[in-house]
Amino acid sequence: MVRRRRGFRRSRRCAVADHGGMERDASAEVRRAVLPYGDRGLLVEVADLAAVAGIRAALERAPLPGQLDLVPAARTLLVVLDRAPAESDLARLKRLEPAAPTTDADVRTVELAVVFDGPDLSEVAALTRRSVPALVEALTTAELTVAFGGFAPGFGYLAGLPDDLHTPRRTTPRTRVPAGAVGLAGPFAGVYPRSSPGGWQLVGRTDAVLFDAEREPPALLTPGTRVRFREVR
Amino acid sequence: MLTVLTPGPLATIQDRGRPGWAAIGVPRSGAADRSAADLANRLVGNDPAAATVEVTAGGLRLRAERTVLVAVTGAPAPLDVDGRPAPPNAPVTLRAGSVLRLGLPPVGLRSYLAVRGGVDAVPVLGSRSTDTLSGLGPGRLAEGDRLPVGTLAADEPIVDVAPVRAPSSRPVLRVLPGPRRDWLVAAAWEALVAAEWTVTADSDRVGLRLAGPRLERARDGELPSEGLVPGALQVPPDGAPVLFLADHPVTGGYPVLAVVASADLGAAAQLRPGDRLRFRR
Repeated sequence: MVRRRRGFRRSRRCAVADHGGMERDASAEVRRAVLPYGDRGLLVEVADLAAVAGIRAALERAPLPGQLDLVPAARTLLVVLDRAPAESDLARLKRLEPAAPTTDADVRTVELAVVFDGPDLSEVAALTRRSVPALVEALTTAELTVAFGGFAPGFGYLAGLPDDLHTPRRTTPRTRVPAGAVGLAGPFAGVYPRSSPGGWQLVGRTDAVLFDAEREPPALLTPGTRVRFREVR
Repeated sequence: MLTVLTPGPLATIQDRGRPGWAAIGVPRSGAADRSAADLANRLVGNDPAAATVEVTAGGLRLRAERTVLVAVTGAPAPLDVDGRPAPPNAPVTLRAGSVLRLGLPPVGLRSYLAVRGGVDAVPVLGSRSTDTLSGLGPGRLAEGDRLPVGTLAADEPIVDVAPVRAPSSRPVLRVLPGPRRDWLVAAAWEALVAAEWTVTADSDRVGLRLAGPRLERARDGELPSEGLVPGALQVPPDGAPVLFLADHPVTGGYPVLAVVASADLGAAAQLRPGDRLRFRR
């Protein structure tokens, strides 16, 4: 992903779109804005997760000169550069055709064996007006996709929960959530890669190793990976 | 080989970090004051990718187990070799058995020790940096640690001494607009550049927490988390901005009002609790 271009003229500082102003991208028919982010980045704001994945795939295949990293999130993609952004970057990011994130053939599917005995299981069942077995049934039939990472190495925000399974975070976060804990928060599910503080509603646990720097790829859950929970006892 | 006799308050191994892994939640990390670390490497003729020791508030003592060439840059910690003063920002030869000591810098916070060949810790995801937030990379240095010297040396060094300005405890840092100016009242940007800010004690490699006027939000509600960069000035609900440094989290959920210019990030990384700073457009 690291590509450098030598001799780039830093004086060509960009004039960026008004912050918050949405630009209409006629070619792709999507709402897209490119927001200023200092002298080493540009923030592309789009409508939803699918649009983030499309832009990210396009920039992975054909990076901007000096593109150091891409940071996908719920509605934005941060493009980190090793140089100051230029007008041409802005123009390119506004016009960029989203790419298909992956072809069906190379989508990875990961099945996580989960023991559903989390401390918040019955509370989440009550919140979502289900019995505990019905909640487990809903969680194990949901087709989830890793949307993005960010909280800790190996943590993947799993999108695809049915709307009526969206739950608020705990009002008081736990000071310690064990590694492998499976949680829900808002529209997302997730698995804590290691022990840390956390505010997600914990419904279960898995033995899967979410992150291992010596492994290729290091993260079990990379953006685009399909995930299913399988109940084990 | 170098042996750590005393690490001081915090000493870590740092190179240019591990960019390219944000999508799986791996922060970039790397030397907090990149220009000081780069200079230290240049002074001993290292490849710019060589790892250095980032020494926080001095206090490091180490022994050379064979003859090595070193240089110390960044915060001007008084240096001595076997009790005799040695120059900062210059290559210094340590004979086998010699002890190098860094005192408490009168100004600035982070000094960088480069050794010709680089510190050869085991790389994790392509970097030898200690990431204090995510726990990746080598651990913080401890008494008795033995640091192997690598082979990341390029040409023979040709610089005798580099004229550098010492860090300031009253710097003025240039800021550029961040992506979420519209999440704060218009007066917030004005207050940011008009006020004097104080670095609070709750500051580290992740970021500086700043005390000053309260920066007011223009809208309620939650911003979906989005990517962060070093230098991002994020405004949490309490209105006190956080200036992110090298070990910043990959994403954050509060609006970023402004971003410190990359050329001024080193100056930000040299600030210590109680220092005062201003921002300019």
